[in-house]
Amino acid sequence: MSYFSDIYKGIKTLLTGMMVTGKYFVTARKSIITQQYPDNRATLKMFDRFRGEVVMPHDEANEHRCTGCQKCELACPNGSIEIVWDRIVDPETKKKKKVIEKHIYHLSMCTMCGLCIEACPTDAIKWAQNFENAVYDRTQLTKVLNKPGSKVKAGIED
Amino acid sequence: MMKTLSITKTIHEFLFGLMPEGVAMVVEWVLIAAVYLAFFALAGLLLVWMERRIAAFFQLRLGPNRVGPAGLFQTVADALKLVTKELTGTARADQFLYNLAPYFVIVAALVILSVIPFSAEFQAFDINIGVFFVMAVSSIGVIGVLLGGWASNNKYALIGAMRSGLQTVSYELSVGLSILTIVLLAGSLQLSEIIEAQRTGGWFILQGHIPAVIAFMIFMISGVAETNRAPFDLVEAESELGAGFHTEYSGMKFAYFFLAEFINMFIVAAIAVTLFFGGHLSPFGITESLPWLGVFWFMIKVLIIIFLMMWFRWTFPRLRVDQLLTLEWKYLLPLNLMNIVLMAVIIWLNWTF
Repeated sequence: MSYFSDIYKGIKTLLTGMMVTGKYFVTARKSIITQQYPDNRATLKMFDRFRGEVVMPHDEANEHRCTGCQKCELACPNGSIEIVWDRIVDPETKKKKKVIEKHIYHLSMCTMCGLCIEACPTDAIKWAQNFENAVYDRTQLTKVLNKPGSKVKAGIED
Repeated sequence: MMKTLSITKTIHEFLFGLMPEGVAMVVEWVLIAAVYLAFFALAGLLLVWMERRIAAFFQLRLGPNRVGPAGLFQTVADALKLVTKELTGTARADQFLYNLAPYFVIVAALVILSVIPFSAEFQAFDINIGVFFVMAVSSIGVIGVLLGGWASNNKYALIGAMRSGLQTVSYELSVGLSILTIVLLAGSLQLSEIIEAQRTGGWFILQGHIPAVIAFMIFMISGVAETNRAPFDLVEAESELGAGFHTEYSGMKFAYFFLAEFINMFIVAAIAVTLFFGGHLSPFGITESLPWLGVFWFMIKVLIIIFLMMWFRWTFPRLRVDQLLTLEWKYLLPLNLMNIVLMAVIIWLNWTF
C-alpha cells in the first residue's frame, strides 16, 4: 500500500516547496538581493574581494613600496605589466640601486588573475574596488601606476 | 447558428439597420475577429510581463521595471523588437511546413478563445458541445509544435517536438477524464450551461467536494503539462535542447509560438475557472444584480489560476521523460478513473451540496 502514501508524500513535498517559494514571493519587495546599480551608484560599496584593477598605493609623502624587482612583470601571464627601471647610485651607501621610472599597467590586457599581486614581495600593488572602467579611447587603459615624482619608501628593501 | 455577442447588441442592430444582411454579417464577423485578435495580443503581452515580474519576485529580483509604469511596456518594446528582426531559417528545411507551423499553434489557441465565456453575454460562439470542442481543438496546437520541430531540420527541435507529442498524447487523457468528472456533475457540455448550473448550487468545486477537488488537482497538473510549461517543459528544456521545437525560429514566428504558449496558459486557466470556479459568476453571488461585472470576476479568477501555474513553474524542478510517463499512467490515470466512479456514486446518492 505504498502507492497512496507515495501520493501523500509527493503532494506534501510539493506543498513544502511551494511554501518556501511563496514566502520568497511575499517578502520579495523587502528582501531584493540584486543591486539596483545605476540607482544606488552613490552608495554602492564593492566587496573587499572584488577585483577592479591593479593600483599602487602611495602614502602622504608620495612614497610607494615598489622596489622594481619585476616579479610582477614575470608573473603576469599575458604581459600586462611593464616596468621601466634604472640604476642609480645611492648617495648614502655609494652602491648601485635599482629604481622604477614607470610601472606601466595595461588594463586592456589584464585578466584580473591576481598573480602579480601574489608575486609582489613588498605588497606594493593591490586590487582597487572600482568597476566603472569603461573609457572612450583605449590608450587611456594603459596606466602608469607610480605617481610622478614618487620614490620608494625607505626600508622596504631590507 | 452562431450566437453573436449580445453585449454589443446595439452595434449589431446598428449594422443590420445600415446595410443588407449579408454584408452586415460579414462586417460583424470581421469586428469580432478584430476584437479577439486584439485580446490575443494584449493578453499575451500582459501575461509575459506578469510572468517576468512574478518570476523575478520569486527569485528575489525586481524584474522589468524601466519601460512604462512598473515595466508594463517592456513586453511591447520586446514585441516591437521581434517585429523588426530578420526571419532566419535553416538550410534544406521544409520551407512550407516551417512557415505553416506557427499558424497552427496560434489558430488553435484563437479558436478555443472563441468559445470561452468571458461573461454571460460575452461569448463569440456558444456551441452546445463546448467542452468537447475545446478538447478537440486544443489537440491541433500540438500539430504545429510537431511540424515546427520536424520542418526545422534540427535534431534538438525534432527531439523537443517528439517529446511534445508524447506529452500531449499522455496528458490529453487526464484532461479529458477530469473534465468528464465535472460534465457528469453539470449534465451538459455547453460551457454557458455549465456556468448556469453553478449559479444555484454553488461552484462545482464546492458542489462536488472531494471528487471535484481531486479532479481540479488532476486538471491543473495535466493542464500545465498540456501547455508545455515547467515542471513539464521538457519540450523546450533550455538546458538540454537549446529551446526545443522553436530553436530555429526567429523574429515574429518565434513570437507567435511564445504568445501562443501564454494564451494556452490563459485558456487552461479559463477552462479551469469555467468548470470548477463558476466562470463569470461572482463568489456567493455578491454582485448578482450587476451581470456586467462578470468579465471582472472571470479575469480575477483566471489571473489567480495563472498565478498558481507560475508558482508551480518557479518552484518545481523539471521531470524526466520516464517520470513524466510514470506520473501520468501510474498515478493520474488510475486516480482519475476511480474519481469518475466516485463522482458518479456521489451524484447517484445525491450527496452533492
